[in-house]
Amino acid sequence: MTGTAPAGQPAPTREPAPPAQGNTWVALSAAPLPVDEIARWAKEPPSGAVVLFCGCVRDHSPGRTGVVALEYEAYDGPALRRMEEVADAARRRWPAVGRLAIVHRVGLLQVSDDAVAVAVASPHRDDAFEAARYCIDTVKATVPLWKRERWTGDADSPGGEDWGTCAHDLEAVEP
Amino acid sequence: MPRVLLFGPARDVAGGASRTDLAGATVKDVLADGSARYGPVFADLCHHAQVWVNGEPADEATAVGDADEVALLPPVSGG
Repeated sequence: MTGTAPAGQPAPTREPAPPAQGNTWVALSAAPLPVDEIARWAKEPPSGAVVLFCGCVRDHSPGRTGVVALEYEAYDGPALRRMEEVADAARRRWPAVGRLAIVHRVGLLQVSDDAVAVAVASPHRDDAFEAARYCIDTVKATVPLWKRERWTGDADSPGGEDWGTCAHDLEAVEP
Repeated sequence: MPRVLLFGPARDVAGGASRTDLAGATVKDVLADGSARYGPVFADLCHHAQVWVNGEPADEATAVGDADEVALLPPVSGG
């Protein structure tokens, strides 16, 4: 869409695979997100709850109707480190959390494609819900990612292509 | 000359390039060189963007050299 390559290192085009060890799965992916696998991976014997959140591409945004495509770019290495910081911060706040995944898509996406998946497992549902909510909110606030939108418009408003309208200042992850 | 990475809207105000080389011994100097090269829209973007050096948040006084990577990060829109 942009005609120019993002500035960071290209994210892997293969579908991301679960980590060989450990309870945290953080990744950027240029391939479609394997949300079913992410939810399956999160489940393990001590966990009685798994919350899976998927952020997906919708067909409109403020002032833009007929959104047909999004393109995400990331500052790859620092973005991954920030996502790991978010996971660590969630564990400090909800120590009972077991497996935790944060996987964000980059590249060109169509309407209804998954842009980000967060999965959190814990023995009881309160921690899983709260930690998952914290993770997606904090990812949006702290990870260097940018969204470009293409929209067709309608009879009352023209189409176009531009950066997302809901951009906000990049924040640090609170300890 | 530090290597400068331009993300998101920062590319639009630098002629579409995602990487460029700008001169300067500090972040402030590098941004001033960018503003001289690309004009007021670049200078305006710098007021709203963060600058990271080698993948970590930096400020205007941060010293930079040839081996350093300076990244200009406009407001973000992930998730």
